Amino acid sequence: MGWTSGIPARSLTATLFAIAAVSRAAVLPDDRADLDWHDWSGGGVTVDGPSVLVRKKVNDSLSLSANYSVDMISSASVDVLSTASPYKEKHTEGTVSADYLHGNTIYTVGFIEGHEPDYIAKTGFFSISQSMFGDLTTLSFGYSRGWDKVGEDVYPHGYAQGDRMTTWIGDADHRNWNGGLSQVLTRNLLLALNLETGESDGTPGSLANPGSLANPYRTARFLGPDGLVHAEPQIYPGTRTGTAGSMQLKYYLPWHAALDGSYRIYHDTWGILGHTLSAGYTQPLFTDWIFNGKVRYYRQNAATFYSDLFPYQDSQNFMARDRELAQFDDWTVGLGATWNFRPHWPSWIEKGTVNLTYDRMHIAYADFHNYAVGGTPDNVPLYAYSANITQFFISFWY
Amino acid sequence: MRLGRVGVVALTVPLAALVLGGCAPIEPWVKPYEREHLADPIMSFNANPVWSGYMDHAYEVRESAHGATGSVGGGCGCN
Repeated sequence: MGWTSGIPARSLTATLFAIAAVSRAAVLPDDRADLDWHDWSGGGVTVDGPSVLVRKKVNDSLSLSANYSVDMISSASVDVLSTASPYKEKHTEGTVSADYLHGNTIYTVGFIEGHEPDYIAKTGFFSISQSMFGDLTTLSFGYSRGWDKVGEDVYPHGYAQGDRMTTWIGDADHRNWNGGLSQVLTRNLLLALNLETGESDGTPGSLANPGSLANPYRTARFLGPDGLVHAEPQIYPGTRTGTAGSMQLKYYLPWHAALDGSYRIYHDTWGILGHTLSAGYTQPLFTDWIFNGKVRYYRQNAATFYSDLFPYQDSQNFMARDRELAQFDDWTVGLGATWNFRPHWPSWIEKGTVNLTYDRMHIAYADFHNYAVGGTPDNVPLYAYSANITQFFISFWY
Repeated sequence: MRLGRVGVVALTVPLAALVLGGCAPIEPWVKPYEREHLADPIMSFNANPVWSGYMDHAYEVRESAHGATGSVGGGCGCN
């Protein structure tokens, strides 16, 4: 029932490419290992689990990395409570990648595989990063190709009995292109620009199948002639193309601190326009400590085929009521602390850090109500919730 | 229409400067010895990839917008 978790696979490895995209010289990433425990709690959903990342150079031109992460999900979200029973499940994801350095160019290739009981995602990726102009400029280009298998879990005798049956309802293929530029502007200022476009093809939706780009566990709502709220299956298009562009700036402050800011704009063929703004501050203190804070704001409008409550049954060719396609905005405020240490033993570890971060996120929907099927739409408040995100991780460089 | 002598010069000189200038090496305006601040770990755009990876994941499954974070990304039902 991974779809309803709202936490399908997403790769930590993808983030590793951010390092390549914004690196300031053609050098291989450091040899390091990260042990992480993450915890999400909010909106009736809790997700926690470990993640392990190991990166090691084989020689001066080749670096290998591997990552494995687990999410233990317990969901009683507003969607689950309105149409199904709370549930628990496990999601795992593994990634392997290799970076090859030749001159001022880094070539990266890798593969990601994620598993949920009802969702299997496989992704291959490739990127090139080129340093130029005396290492003041780094250009990068990346391509990824994904193959997803989308299913729906059914419990013929109820969730408590555990006799799950998975019906595979379709495939979803993804192609993604990414270009990046990082630029040293001054001795204190860095700039990073990124442009990314991706397209997804899946089984188109119909009256018999919501389509493989839809969440099969969620339903649309319509107002019946009896004045009550009824449920009907969602119907999604079979394709989606989205483009995002972003700019990041980072500035070194005279008292040994750093200030950063970013903006991202996103638009897709489902009619969604999204804006993301963020700012952060990093301050080293007491020799061995680094503290940081951040604030992030996001807003989007609704997809063209989204409605909180359709006027009557089968009123459109495509119908969606996934919250992710609604109009909403969210705020995140985060704090983090890092303690740097140099262990005396074992001798092959050069340094390490112990990190604790806490982020508080609040989401407020502008057109999503918590309607109960069979009820009336009167006096139902707009849905909103807050979430706590905590991460504890230890990193070693060797 | 004929270009006059001045017109030829006006077109040729900037074009030649552009072409020949493209062959000249670009002098780094921030010298290697001036990059002490930029090399400080606090100036990394992504000092903790595990942390930022999970945060990106948490956002991507709740927001429609995704991508352009410097990552290649992957298909995973995050739509």
